[in-house]
Amino acid sequence: MEIPENVKKRLSIPGDEHFYAGHTACQGCGASLGLRYVLKAYGRKTIFAIPACCSTIIAGPWPYSALDANLFHTAFETTGAVIGGIEAALKARGFKVKGEDGIMVVGWAGDGGTADIGLQALSGFLERGHDAVYIMYDNEAYMNTGIQRSGSTPYGAWTTNTPGGKRHFLEKRHKKKVIDIVIAHEVPYAATASIAYPEDFIRKLKKAQKIPGPSFIQLFAPCPTGWRSPTDKSIELARLAVQTAYFPLFEYENGKYKINMPSTKKEPKPIEEFLKYQGRFKYMTKEDIEVLQQWVLHEWEKLKKLAEIFG
Amino acid sequence: MAEYKPIRKVVSGNYAAAYAVKHARVEVVAAYPITPQTSIIEKIAEFIANGEVENLEYVPVESEHSAMAACIGASAAGARVFTATSAQGLALMHEMLHWASGARLPVVMVDVNRAMAPPWSVWDDQTDSLAQRDTGWMQFYAENNQEVYDGVLMAFKIAETVNLPAMVIESAFILSHTYDVVEMIPQELVDEFLPPRKPLYDLTNFERPFSIGALGTPADYYEFRYKIQRAMEKAKEVIHEVGKEFGERFGRDYSQMIELYRTEDADFVFMGMGSLMGTVKQAVDVLRDEGYKVGAAKVRWFRPFPKEELYELAKNVEGIAVLDRNYSFGMEGILFTEAKGALYNTNAKPIMKNYIVGLGGRDFTVSDVRKIAENMRAIIEKGELDVEVDWYHLKR
Ligand SMILES: Cc1ncc(C[n+]2csc(CCOP(=O)(O)OP(=O)(O)O)c2C)c(N)n1
Ligand code: SF4
Repeated sequence: MEIPENVKKRLSIPGDEHFYAGHTACQGCGASLGLRYVLKAYGRKTIFAIPACCSTIIAGPWPYSALDANLFHTAFETTGAVIGGIEAALKARGFKVKGEDGIMVVGWAGDGGTADIGLQALSGFLERGHDAVYIMYDNEAYMNTGIQRSGSTPYGAWTTNTPGGKRHFLEKRHKKKVIDIVIAHEVPYAATASIAYPEDFIRKLKKAQKIPGPSFIQLFAPCPTGWRSPTDKSIELARLAVQTAYFPLFEYENGKYKINMPSTKKEPKPIEEFLKYQGRFKYMTKEDIEVLQQWVLHEWEKLKKLAEIFG
Repeated sequence: MAEYKPIRKVVSGNYAAAYAVKHARVEVVAAYPITPQTSIIEKIAEFIANGEVENLEYVPVESEHSAMAACIGASAAGARVFTATSAQGLALMHEMLHWASGARLPVVMVDVNRAMAPPWSVWDDQTDSLAQRDTGWMQFYAENNQEVYDGVLMAFKIAETVNLPAMVIESAFILSHTYDVVEMIPQELVDEFLPPRKPLYDLTNFERPFSIGALGTPADYYEFRYKIQRAMEKAKEVIHEVGKEFGERFGRDYSQMIELYRTEDADFVFMGMGSLMGTVKQAVDVLRDEGYKVGAAKVRWFRPFPKEELYELAKNVEGIAVLDRNYSFGMEGILFTEAKGALYNTNAKPIMKNYIVGLGGRDFTVSDVRKIAENMRAIIEKGELDVEVDWYHLKR
């Protein structure tokens, strides 16, 4: 769709559209919005690798594709390796990769495909220093197979294999800090982002494009289907995740931490704010909520310290 | 065409593979160590370090699974790619082998046949590669180091013509680490034989974006499979042509998928694959001197399977002794099953017996072949089998 010039000028994010109507995501899907922003930031000269996850389906069945960019569908655990291979081939064949005018090689994988089964390939990718961008869209469970827990599922959440019930069998571990594992590789650029803050996300994508070497972005992407939340609340929930410091937005660049949101000067909103609207948290007891709250604040303090010391 | 003057080098099977990779001007190599494959990727690294190859991206991956995944990404992005592995490594790649053939990517790999654990064993056994039978990969079994070198060069040409991946298979230590004279082909002549890859599709085409490997609904999946089978059938013709061309250019003819050795007037033949068949050919010479009318049938290409050539052979012999250095538990040797199956609906019905030999690197010698020949002769005279599957070396 052609956007008139005068409208384009008023938009704070690129008006170009490379993600088309007709995709098969659920209503209110945060992941599909994220994918749309990535395409806006990078445009058509992009090669995507997408492993098994909701996005495999979102793009559409053969012979259709909602993505106006080249896309290689791959096995669940291989995103890091495949984008590494693509990048190596482009280099061997003399193409410019990354940078303003280079080809963008983008891995787009879910939290399961990143935090769990794909962690090894991610690690290999980071450590070898390929010029590509890995984006983990975090909807906090295996949604494609019907809402099972992943390493990124938070404490107290209902999923189909942590179903709550009489014996209170809910997720008992805190969310795996994938970004910390990534940073431990001393990558040039790593950041968290949220679909509630597209300008921030696109700025980070552009930064990742410019900085040579492997970049990693963990994108918070609500999933109304899996979270048992109203389809019109996805953006609000994503914003509350940031405002409660449940999912703070920050950047790690060449050894330095920078917190973008929430403000470090103010107390974050209470975690209940984020838990509301979400059926997946409805089995939590008061004590459970307190455990989660303490964890969030503890992690927030840690991050603030890091930003203070390595800012 | 420049005149062909071979360059003779004394190399191991693994180095023969590495030289072939160099001469094929491979662009991306994914590397992960496993004995006895490791010296292939080490030698390639050495070529790069010494400046002997250009434009070769070496990706030292963190596992075999990622090695194949990286090869697949690189091949989809248009490059000529290679990797090598053995046994456990190949098993770990299994899922991705399907991905390569399903996406129709001409990746070439060397598998150094090694026995599967447990118990741990680093010695020769074909079960690792044969267990990948249904992955849609072509499989070439090399008898000696020369065939490893020639096999890799031909594999690229064949794979890139039919858009299917190919595996060149050599035996652990017997070839991988044993030095022998290999006639190598001068670079410019390899270049004539194997020009740069022209990909069927290529992720660097941004004019008209496309996707590979999307969801295939029941309305289409079936046809995707059929096309792989068609490509396998076509591969038989291409193998014939490329093998013939190789013979015309370089003097070693590979036009037959089953190499026949002294089978013309044979009463019965020994059939098998890989380095085993070097021993068998030698034994055939000895046995011929001793009055046996025997020959050898070396199956070079296991996938696609040379049904037609097998039929031609089977029509003219009374018996086939199938030597399997592999086993499918609950059944029998894998080549035996395949060969019997291929002949079932034909008029050729030689007596066929399966000898399980050399598992996990157990020695297999000329005198073993002689014993098998005595047994086969008795069976043919009697007109019936003693046992169908004979665990030949078993300590009883
Ligand atoms: C090796 C392997 N194991 C399991 C699966 C089944 N599987 C497909 S998608 C998926 C879950 C994906 O979850 P995630 O990465 O979090 O992405 P989401 O579906 O939430 O978008 C699983 C388990 C698979 N495709 N491959
Ligand atoms: S299940 Fe969730 S992540 Fe998957 S398409 Fe639906 S809303 Fe998006």
